[in-house]
Amino acid sequence: MTTTTQAAQAPRGPRVRFSALGPLVALLLLMILGTLLNGNFLSIGNIANIVARSSFIGLIAIGATFVITSGGLDLSVGSMAAFIAGMMIIIINSLVPSLGGGWGAVGIGILAGLAIGSLGGAGNGLLVTVGRIEPFIVTLGTLGIFRALITFLANGGTLNLNITASDTYSPLYSGKIFDIPVPIIIFAVVAIVAEIVMRRTTFGRHIAAIGSNEQVARYSAIKVDRVRLMTYVLQGVLVGAAAVLYVPKFGSANSSTAVLWELQAIAAVIIGGTTLRGGFGRIWGTVVGVIILELIGNILNLQSFISPYLNQAFQGAIIIIAVLLQRSRRTTS
Amino acid sequence: MSETTGAGAPPILAANRISKSFGEIPVLFSIDFDIRPGEVHAIIGENGAGKSTLIKILSGFEQPTSGTITYDGKPVTLPPNGQAEGMGIVLIHQEFNLADHLTVTASIFLGRELKKFGLLDQRAMSEKARTLLEMLHVNVDPDARIDSLTVADKQMVEIAKAISRDARVLIMDEPTAVLSVAETETLFEQIKRLTARGVAIVFISHKLDEVMHLADRVTVLRDGQLIATVDTGALTPDSAAQMMVGRELHNLYPPKHEPDVDAPVVLSVKHLDARGIHDVSFDLRKGEILGFAGLVGSGRTAVAEAIVGLSHRHGGAIEVGGRATAFPSVAHSLSEGVAYMTKDRKGKGLLVNMGLRPNLTLLTLKRHLRGIFIDTASETRALDRAVRRFDIRARDASVRVGQLSGGNQQKLMLGKTMESEPSVIIMDEPTRGIDVGTKQQIYHIVAALAAEGKSIILISSELQEVIGLSHRVMVMRHGRIVGELVGDQITEEHIVRRQMGIEGKAAA
Repeated sequence: MTTTTQAAQAPRGPRVRFSALGPLVALLLLMILGTLLNGNFLSIGNIANIVARSSFIGLIAIGATFVITSGGLDLSVGSMAAFIAGMMIIIINSLVPSLGGGWGAVGIGILAGLAIGSLGGAGNGLLVTVGRIEPFIVTLGTLGIFRALITFLANGGTLNLNITASDTYSPLYSGKIFDIPVPIIIFAVVAIVAEIVMRRTTFGRHIAAIGSNEQVARYSAIKVDRVRLMTYVLQGVLVGAAAVLYVPKFGSANSSTAVLWELQAIAAVIIGGTTLRGGFGRIWGTVVGVIILELIGNILNLQSFISPYLNQAFQGAIIIIAVLLQRSRRTTS
Repeated sequence: MSETTGAGAPPILAANRISKSFGEIPVLFSIDFDIRPGEVHAIIGENGAGKSTLIKILSGFEQPTSGTITYDGKPVTLPPNGQAEGMGIVLIHQEFNLADHLTVTASIFLGRELKKFGLLDQRAMSEKARTLLEMLHVNVDPDARIDSLTVADKQMVEIAKAISRDARVLIMDEPTAVLSVAETETLFEQIKRLTARGVAIVFISHKLDEVMHLADRVTVLRDGQLIATVDTGALTPDSAAQMMVGRELHNLYPPKHEPDVDAPVVLSVKHLDARGIHDVSFDLRKGEILGFAGLVGSGRTAVAEAIVGLSHRHGGAIEVGGRATAFPSVAHSLSEGVAYMTKDRKGKGLLVNMGLRPNLTLLTLKRHLRGIFIDTASETRALDRAVRRFDIRARDASVRVGQLSGGNQQKLMLGKTMESEPSVIIMDEPTRGIDVGTKQQIYHIVAALAAEGKSIILISSELQEVIGLSHRVMVMRHGRIVGELVGDQITEEHIVRRQMGIEGKAAA
């Protein structure tokens, strides 16, 4: 049974391909279902709208793909997004009197958002690596902390962006370049870069190696802690980027901002075929996963049999089913 | 049911014309195999010969594609997932099935806990476990946690668990692969006690001497075919090896080429202190193969890991090429040309869920970059070179490393280590659990590397291997070097006496 080179093609070939295409098949089925419910479902306007709305979760889920592939987990992303959005509003509002409501104040706010995200991610990462605490516990803790901080900053109410700054800022979400909405462009660029990083760089390879077996990675001279830390920092920056898109859309932040985004982000990653235990991740799958979740929400709004209020129940169920499918795939192969 | 045992007895468990395919790949072809009460039946063969598949079929973990199993003379379909234990057929896996956090007692009674009024009867279980361990002459505390036990004791717990389940057929997959000489002796005594009680033992081993010593009958498999089942008395090590590989094995060990007397010292370790080791000093010369002998747990791996920076050093100095260095991490030791090849292939050496290519280049990914991107074509070329150089055999390039045989995994790990072009290679148990044909290949590779001017530290629990390859041997005991042997002194007796503490002292 030992032939040296390309002998008989393994019979598992077609099945592996099927599992790789699984998310795409699900996407296709949802599109058909949506079209049956509403003839305008596949109109460019509706699709663009769906993708644009999924861009917040999309950016976060791309970060989560890196974290999960390395064997980690970040539950704090939703709270962190709300906290960053609140901080950005506070910073921009406080700059408006001196700098005016133009791009100066907004630009500083955006940079601050990304910086706070990277710091928040670094905090999570340091607690996991240097502190040697389970990622589940660390990020469950910071989930609580960030959520409390946004409630505290808003004093239990809502933080609203200054009107002039909002007018300057809002084209970042609602604007279009070559007729493509800006958030879609940002989402697409981040996704493409992330896919390349995942597949073609040492960082991507090392992440998969650590997620697959941390000991092997350590014995292979990989700086495990540093790579782990980087995944959380990257996650934080992308949470910051999501907040940067969120603020111009809604212009406000409060204690119920971005609630349960962690559920959506992790669900999207798992639907996309990234293994929950780490070792293998694919960004395009996550992108498809995010769009699937958004489609489900959209379809629930188009029909009248099931209450749209059950949307998150669907997301929760999907996460569980996706992991079940992953496991049966592993045991049968 | 027959009460007779031994050669004349009818078989208790038999496989008749068993074939097995995984998908379209056949791995066993019409095998006949049987085991009688009170008999020890060894299965030998190279890696990939189908030994593991056969014992999995005999214990119900796999179902045969065709053929029948008879148990007590009646055809049966063995239940899957170890449920055949209920029928008295117990398989002890190579990687043990023990939960680290449970106590010995809890492990023995796992799944069949004794209860009183619906609650666990701790006292009765502890008592029974103690009696059982005493009966088996196993000196283990029933309340000790599994992760505090040595590998040998874990195996004894597995055996005790099997006995407590009234095993009539005990099947062991390479039981001695991880045991030291003394521990192996204890296991053998255990096996003799069991056979005296009529238990039938099936075991896989790569060590011909212990097969000759222990087995009543030997079955040889090769490439999924049954080559022969013979009485051990009719077998010589040479004929057994010949049947396994299908060719004559000349020169298991290549001739030794001593390094030049004035060969420079490439690695010098002075008074190394780390967890589990004390005051370890030695020099390694260019082109030298320095053997490290000692019992399992004597500190050989700890020395290696302390040198390359995998574990913390409390004290001591390391010189490479005459310059003092301190490796704070594996990356540093690699950049200075000192590489460590772990003995734990699957746990620390290779990513079993990934393919060959990313495994080969994991240490040296920086060499395969074009700009910031990984150049997969360059990686593939490296893999092609390694496959040729180390004769790595994979069904095709897309298989996951976990699907390779142990020998091919070992060769891949050797390839991975050599990718970093080290000048000093520390090989930890480089032939553990692999077949004799692959062993011979590895021995020749090791000798060839030394002849090229590489320096090698060979840590091995197989004395024959240390003796057959090393130019010089360090013997370790309780974390210290207790002897240095050169030339004619490198004999089994000298090494054993030192590693057992009968002779030798801490080297000055």
